[in-house]
Amino acid sequence: MASYVVRRVAQALVVLLGVSVVVFALVHLVPGDPIRVSMGTRFNPDAYEALRARAGFDLPLPVQYGRYLANAAAGDLGVSFRSGDPVTTTLLGRLPATLSLAGSALLVALLIAVPLGIFSAIRSGSKLDYVATVFSQAGISLPDFWMAILLILLFSGVLGWLPPSGYVSPLADPIGWLSHLVLPAITVGVVSGSILTRFVRSSVLESLGEDYTRTARSKGLHERTVVTRHVLRNALVPIITVTGLQLAYLLGGVIIVEVIFAWPGLGQLALLAVQSRDYPVLQGTVLLVAVVFLLINLIVDLLYAAADPRIRYK
Amino acid sequence: MTGHNGQRVLEVHDLQVRFGTRRGAAHVVNGISYTLDAGETLAIVGESGSGKSVSSLALIGLVPQPPGRVTGTVRFGERNLVTCSSEELRHVRGNDIAMIFQDPMTSLNPVLTIGRQLTEGMQLHLQLDDRAARRRAIELLDRVGIPSPDRRLGDYPHQFSGGMRQRVMIAIGLACDPVVLIADEPTTALDVTTQAQIVELVDDLRRDTGMGVIWITHDLGVVAGIADRVAVMYAGQIVETAQVDALYEHPRHPYTQGLLGSLPVLGQPERELATIPGLPPDPVHLPSGCPFWPRCPQRLDERCETERPQLRDTGEGNLVATFYEAKPASEAVS
Ligand SMILES: Nc1ncnc2c1ncn2[C@@H]1O[C@H](COP(=O)(O)OP(=O)(O)OP(=O)(O)O)[C@@H](O)[C@H]1O
Ligand SMILES: [Mg+2]
Repeated sequence: MASYVVRRVAQALVVLLGVSVVVFALVHLVPGDPIRVSMGTRFNPDAYEALRARAGFDLPLPVQYGRYLANAAAGDLGVSFRSGDPVTTTLLGRLPATLSLAGSALLVALLIAVPLGIFSAIRSGSKLDYVATVFSQAGISLPDFWMAILLILLFSGVLGWLPPSGYVSPLADPIGWLSHLVLPAITVGVVSGSILTRFVRSSVLESLGEDYTRTARSKGLHERTVVTRHVLRNALVPIITVTGLQLAYLLGGVIIVEVIFAWPGLGQLALLAVQSRDYPVLQGTVLLVAVVFLLINLIVDLLYAAADPRIRYK
Repeated sequence: MTGHNGQRVLEVHDLQVRFGTRRGAAHVVNGISYTLDAGETLAIVGESGSGKSVSSLALIGLVPQPPGRVTGTVRFGERNLVTCSSEELRHVRGNDIAMIFQDPMTSLNPVLTIGRQLTEGMQLHLQLDDRAARRRAIELLDRVGIPSPDRRLGDYPHQFSGGMRQRVMIAIGLACDPVVLIADEPTTALDVTTQAQIVELVDDLRRDTGMGVIWITHDLGVVAGIADRVAVMYAGQIVETAQVDALYEHPRHPYTQGLLGSLPVLGQPERELATIPGLPPDPVHLPSGCPFWPRCPQRLDERCETERPQLRDTGEGNLVATFYEAKPASEAVS
């Protein structure tokens, strides 16, 4: 198990190195002078020279990459072309909003998907299964912006129960934070939950049809025991994977929903960075999302090993 | 209940299993009847798809309903297992009637230790506490020939070889001292040497415990040494049944004769077995009359195609369902 962990961490570091090359190249793949381009009509010779010097664009590329890597490892991702603020600070400032939306959306998704997926698998072909299928089909195919708008119209427009958009820090005002969180979390969670429902259903259904389930039944176990002890334990492995992927996707930023709800998360930041050609911020966002992705994958793999002895002992 | 040798433990009468499929009703088991005594080994032999597994799963209510539909009687003690409540059936399963399956690679749960898989049945049916169940699990593993069993309880199935897993499956089957053990092709997935060991093990266990064994196989060679009686299944029906010697010496059904004609010859065990031309019928479109007539080398007249032959006594100990009157064995098998 320990060697498995070491191996997976080493793999993640190699991938991260590759990502850093791509992120670094991002700036240099842009035709022309990225700083000149990013300043556009706001061109100002003094600011231009200062940024160029700070970015070290006169040095040879490998040296620049080395510097970028060393700085990034030390937590310095450069400064925003736009605001002049350190990128690291900007990213950290976005984390609470992103984490609260991703976490609560995943919670909503799991609360929907786990019971619904399990029951529709156990009662496959029943009315409940049919309703669940229709629900998840709808959740997958309805555009999230449309659902967001419907929710805003209903809960904030008609009923007036919840604020239509915005973000409040949980430290400053926990109730306000929660009330702002509900609608975006439901929007994202329902979409995610519909996808997860299908996975839960199909992996439980598959496990139900396996030979070991028949063996468990042949022992005369209660059906409840068969499902919880034999079926679900096995169905867990694929469910963990897809849940991890969903979480990584949510943390990477759900751009449209963040824009609609004026939610100051990473997705919105990435959009702003692209719009204003603020390459250091874009680089930083991509790098952070990649790190988060790798981290979640690592956790998923470890959970995998915990759930499946065949992986653990390899 | 425990059986004394010779005491009737199971009586199957007119067992039928149908499945609703998109193409129509699949008639998979079409009225089979047999009995099993304590300490006896009954072999059920037939080609792939003849309904051997489905008919034995139906005995203990493991045919999924729907799409399946099971009728007939399976008399076990006072009960008819086809009609009794699912709760009653659950008490019989694994406790009085145990089953071991064809593929030991997939029949054990990959994420649970074999200790857990062994003890859960005893804890449920015999109400053993953890320590007693553990002790019994070790005894059972030892009995089925797993070396240092106390150290293997915490292992997972993938840490065992195929033959060892099948031994574990057998130990699980024996966990509650069953009266009947149904062995559904337990050696098919194993190599020849291991096959012989498993056959012998089950036979030893039968002798020790006095349980009745239903041994399902598509290979008449496997059961020759251990079966008392053989029932030959074709298209969901028993077409011939006899004491094992009688069946081998004078098979009376053309299908049995074909099966015996296709037995591997000593010295060339890899010889291709299927030498009966044609394929078994589709259970959705069973032929009218005798299910074997389209492939039958001895087909007589329209009667074969319109009337279903019933099992009849040949007077030599064989019960056979064919209109064909066999000549003496020496002439019949060419
Ligand atoms: N759930 C089901 N729905 C429809 N048909 C089924 C179902 N289960 C089994 N069958 C059909 O029943 C027939 C008999 O299957 P069964 O598994 O009993 O054969 P078998 O004699 O055990 O063959 P084998 O030697 O391959 O194990 C097959 O044609 C199969 O397609
Ligand atoms: Mg079978």
